[in-house]
This record gives sequence, structure tokens and C-alpha cells, in this order.
Amino acid sequence: MTEDWLLYEVFIRSRSGLEHKHVGSVHAADARMAIEHARDTYTRRLEGVSIWVVRSSEIVASDPEEAEALFEPARDKIYRHPTFYAIPEEVKNL
Amino acid sequence: MYTQALDSAGAAEPQGDVEEAARLERFQARIDRDEKIEPKDWMPEDYRQALIRQIAQHAHSEVVGMLPEGNWITRAPSLRRKVVLIAKVQDEGGHGMYLYSAAETLGVSRAALIEQLLAGRAKYSSIFNYPTLTWADIGAIGWLVDGAAIMNQIPLCRCSYGPYARAMVRICKEESFHQRQGYELMLTLVRGSAAQRTMAQEALNRWWWPSLMMFGPSDAHSVHTAQSLRWKIKRFSNDELRQKFIDVTVPQAQYLGLTVPDPQLCWDEPAQHFRAGPIDWSEFQAVLAGDGPCNRERLAARREAHEAGRWVREAAAAYAEKHRTARPRPAAEEGGT
Amino acid sequence: MSAAIAPERPHATAEERFEYTLRLADTSLVAGQRLAEWLGHGPALEEDLALGNIALDLIGQARLLLALAGRIEGRGRDEDALAFWRDAGQFRNVSLAEQPNGDFGQTIVRQCLLDAWQLETYASLAGSLEAELADIAKKAVKECRYHWRYSSGWLVRLGDGTEESHRRVGAAVQDLWRFTDELLTPDALDARMTECGIAPPAAAIRERWERRVAGVLAEAKLPQPARSHYPWHGKRGVHTEALGHLLATLQHLPRTYPGVSW
Repeated sequence: MTEDWLLYEVFIRSRSGLEHKHVGSVHAADARMAIEHARDTYTRRLEGVSIWVVRSSEIVASDPEEAEALFEPARDKIYRHPTFYAIPEEVKNL
Repeated sequence: MYTQALDSAGAAEPQGDVEEAARLERFQARIDRDEKIEPKDWMPEDYRQALIRQIAQHAHSEVVGMLPEGNWITRAPSLRRKVVLIAKVQDEGGHGMYLYSAAETLGVSRAALIEQLLAGRAKYSSIFNYPTLTWADIGAIGWLVDGAAIMNQIPLCRCSYGPYARAMVRICKEESFHQRQGYELMLTLVRGSAAQRTMAQEALNRWWWPSLMMFGPSDAHSVHTAQSLRWKIKRFSNDELRQKFIDVTVPQAQYLGLTVPDPQLCWDEPAQHFRAGPIDWSEFQAVLAGDGPCNRERLAARREAHEAGRWVREAAAAYAEKHRTARPRPAAEEGGT
Repeated sequence: MSAAIAPERPHATAEERFEYTLRLADTSLVAGQRLAEWLGHGPALEEDLALGNIALDLIGQARLLLALAGRIEGRGRDEDALAFWRDAGQFRNVSLAEQPNGDFGQTIVRQCLLDAWQLETYASLAGSLEAELADIAKKAVKECRYHWRYSSGWLVRLGDGTEESHRRVGAAVQDLWRFTDELLTPDALDARMTECGIAPPAAAIRERWERRVAGVLAEAKLPQPARSHYPWHGKRGVHTEALGHLLATLQHLPRTYPGVSW
């Protein structure tokens, strides 16, 4: 008989207007318990107004070995940034 | 965190010495640039093992550390002191959880780590093998033991392993009230009756030396220090931190009007440091080897809680299995981001 | 209790209001002290944290209520004077609250039965004519709603978990049920407080408590015991043996060193 609980990742919205942010993990047998454990572990000091929990095994992560292939190609696309375009000082509101 | 995902992905095994050496070099270069290492990044096996050992030891210390203070929760002498102590002991449990959670990102399960603790194969801070005999010990622990812990932990907020560093940031933020409440408790005692002042002095006598030992063996005898410093999973040596602790704590004891139990303690004017007498390392070794005053009681209490809780954990897992397909009852539900 | 400011309502004496406030205060204090015993010994680290949080809520309620009781009494007794310097016979908590923790299942059953009562009581007390009590109740009811969520969730898991957990928690329900009638049956003081617009009507609390508890017992697949009429009178100061031991521990330090601050 198993006594091992599942691992859940915990995401907290610290106040309304902000996104949920990963803060850590908890063990729990079920989703309801995971919310309770996340609340008692990560919001004892008013750190949150909303909690998400996700089974850790459900998270699909990019492979660090592929980091170059995934992210390097964005490096030279400097024309996506406003500073790429030279505009005379006198022109306002751009 | 991402334990399962990590297991399935599996860190690529090094192939051949040249490639291995290059990888190690790149890894060390990242650390030297103060880049953080994250769970799924490649890391040398020794780095992973050293981190698991250090984080687990730290986590176990938090959890075992709940016991000596928990010993006084039911007897706290005012309701204010009672809620403070409950909140503090509860924080320690929380810190244990943050740390186990960080260790789990390295591919080891919390269950396995706890198993090692209960089997007596894992280390935890030897300070928690000392008894809390009077209420003043609660003050001394907050002031000295948490003080020493903070000194150890603040540099770890900058440690090279991301999840550990983040756990330490959270822990340090929460710890700051622990030390202050301990000092405030001592202050109340020394301003109280003669009996209370005696209680406070005796607590300082009991906890001073064990607190100094908390920083670990002196650098000359520390096995892991050099490599750990290079990997930035440790940022200062044991002796540096110990000296810093002595320098800040002695004036605090003086303010309380208490005597530090070290006849050789003196102020070194040219160096601008307090110089402490020699530490009795044989005591440290004995406590570490399991012969401290409370080693047996502490482990027995953890084992008992674990055994007595087994049916509860099994029941929750069995219930969840039966209702696996059902949606959770009222729990928070939300969609989108 | 919306029928506020009815001029014909009788006024409770300070002594009656003091006694009634102590019933609420001592129930929270004693239950909080019991839960705090779990810290470091729970079935999982997460449960240590959870039980600690509930203990903090309960002792927090007790502090506010004891301070209020002291003000009503007007003899200068503060929260600590009332918590540490009364003997068992002067404690007014319901007997259920003082029952020993036993195993985790017994603690959960005790809390579940008590949480349902506190939740319904505080929800109604939010409309009390005793303004300060109403304010405390408004805060407490939020806490009690979470306590109920926690304990009822666990009761269902244990009742519908394994054979062993079902047996253990079923035995705990049978064992603790005899203390529930005290929660729900008003005595003369309760009736008087209701009459004065301070306390909620007992019949309504009973009905809501029974519905709540019956629902969770059914979900936990546990039979509901028959109504028990044994006259427990914790709220009048007639307690079980358990309270004396709890107070011996709780009060030991201030009584060993009287007259100092901590």
C-alpha cells in the first residue's frame, strides 16, 4: 500500500493585477489537499490572494541542451526593439 | 519541483575524458560568472551529490529543530509568547519543506531523504541534540542558534544553485523575526526577577559553546570547504562565519548584562575582533556521533511521528486513488493565466 | 438576529455577559492548546503546518475574547490573568474541546464536530447586539470556515480511505459523539443570551450543525451515532478529567514564578 503523496508545483498570485508566480512545491494526496498545503506553506505572511497547484509530472519543460537552438535565434533580431531606430532628438512623442 | 520530469529526461552522461573536461570547464565558468545553475542544467555528479548532502542536512536540521522548541509550546508563560512560539516552530517546519523541495529538484525524493534521517544515516545540526530545560532556553535558541543560523544562511542566498538560493531568500526573510523574538525574550528575563536573571544566565551558559560549534569544524579540519567554496554552494569558511558571529553576539550579551561563559574571551584591539577561547571539539564529535544529550530522543520522536502517521498517509493516498477521475471538491478552480 | 434594537429586549447583566464570553474564549483556548501539542509530531510535515495554523487562529480568538471578557468583568483581569489564573472549575469551555488528541483521526473528529459548531455560532454572532463580540465573530468566522474545510476534508479521506482508517475514525466518532449534545442544547444562560439578542437561537444552530455534520459523515461513509443525552457541563465548569492535566501544563510557569512578566 502506498503512503507516498504526489508532488505538486505551487504558483501564487501575490496580489490582484499580478501574474501567478512559481514559488516551490508541496506533497499532497489530492488537489484539494495540495491547495491547503500550498496555503499553509507559502502564504503564512499574506503572500498571496490566489493559488494554483499543478502536478509536477504534468509540467513539460524545455531541455537546457536545446537552449541555444531555442533562444539564440532571437538574439540578432535587434530590429524588434525600439532603440534600433534612430530618430532625431527634436521629434517628440515617438 | 520538476523531479519526475528530470528523471525522465535524465542528465546526459559524459562521454570520454576530453568532452567531460570541457564540460566541467564550461560549468565552472558559468559559476565563476555568477550564473545560477538550474535543475535540468548539466552538472557534475559530485556537485549534485554535495548539494543534496548539504540541502538535506539543512532540511533535517529544520525539522528536528522543531522538537526542542516544541517542547515549550504547551508551557509558554503568556498567550503572546505561545502564539509567537507556535508561529516560529511552524516556520521551521515550513523551512524544512522549502529545503526538501529544493533537494527534490536534484532528483532525490523527500521520502528517501526522510528515510535516511530516520535510519540514522543522515546528519543534522548537532545543536538540536541539546535539551531545552527552562523557558530561557527558548530565548537563547532564538537569539544564539537562530543568530548563528542566519549568519550561515545569508551568504547562501547567493549560492550557485537556483532553487537552493531561492529557498534561502525566503527562509532568511522569515528568520529575521526568530532572532529578534529570542533576544526580546532574554531582555524581558534579565529585566525581571533574580530567578529570571539566573534562568537567562544559565541558558547562555548552556547554549554559547554549542552555538559556536554550529559553524562546523575549524577550516583546517573541514573536509568539504575548499570545493564547496569553488562551487559557490558555500560562500564563507566556517571560521570566518564563527568569528563574525562572536563579534556581533558578545556586545549583545553585554547589553543583557550576562556573562559569556568563556574566561579567555577578550577584545583584540589591533585586529578589531573578539578572541574566544578554544572550542572543546571532543564534545562536538561526541554529539555528532550520536552521544549528545538528546540524540536518541530527537530521532525517536521523528520515527514515532512517521510510524504513527503511516495509516493517515496511506488513507489519503487510497482515497485519492478511488476518486482519481472525479474533479476535486470545492477546491480553487481557475482557468487561463 | 436582524431584529436589532428592539426596545423591549431585556438587558443581560455584566456577570452573564462575562460568563457567556468565557464559554467562547475558553473553547478556543483549550482547543488551540490541544492542537498545538501536534507540532513536530504530525503525520506529515504539511499537517504540522496546517494544525499549527489552526492552533494560531484559535488562540488568537481566545486572546480577543478573554480580553473582552476581562473588560466586561471590569476587575482589571487581562487575557493572561484569565488564562493562567483560573482553575478547571472556572473554565467555561465545552467538554469536547478538552478531549485529548489521541491519534490523528481522533483529533480530526474532535475538530470537525467543534469546527461545525464554531462556524455556525460565529456566523450568527456576527449579528450580536454585543458589538465587540460581533466584531470578533466577523473575524473568527472566516478562520472557522477554513478550519471546517480542513477537518471535513480529512474526515472524508479517513472515512473513505483504507479499512484501517475507516475503522479508526469510525471509533473516534462513536467515542466523541457523546460530547456533542452539550454544544447544541442551550442551558439557562444560553437561553438568556438569546433572549437579550447577544447569542444566536440554539435551535437554528442545532439544525445547521446537524445538516453540516450529517452531510460530511455520509460522504465519509460513516454511520451517525444516536443522539446522546449524557449531561456534560463543561460550559458550567463541570469538566472531564482531561482539563485538569491540560491546565497543569498550560499554567505551570506563571504559577511557579508568580508576579513577574514574561
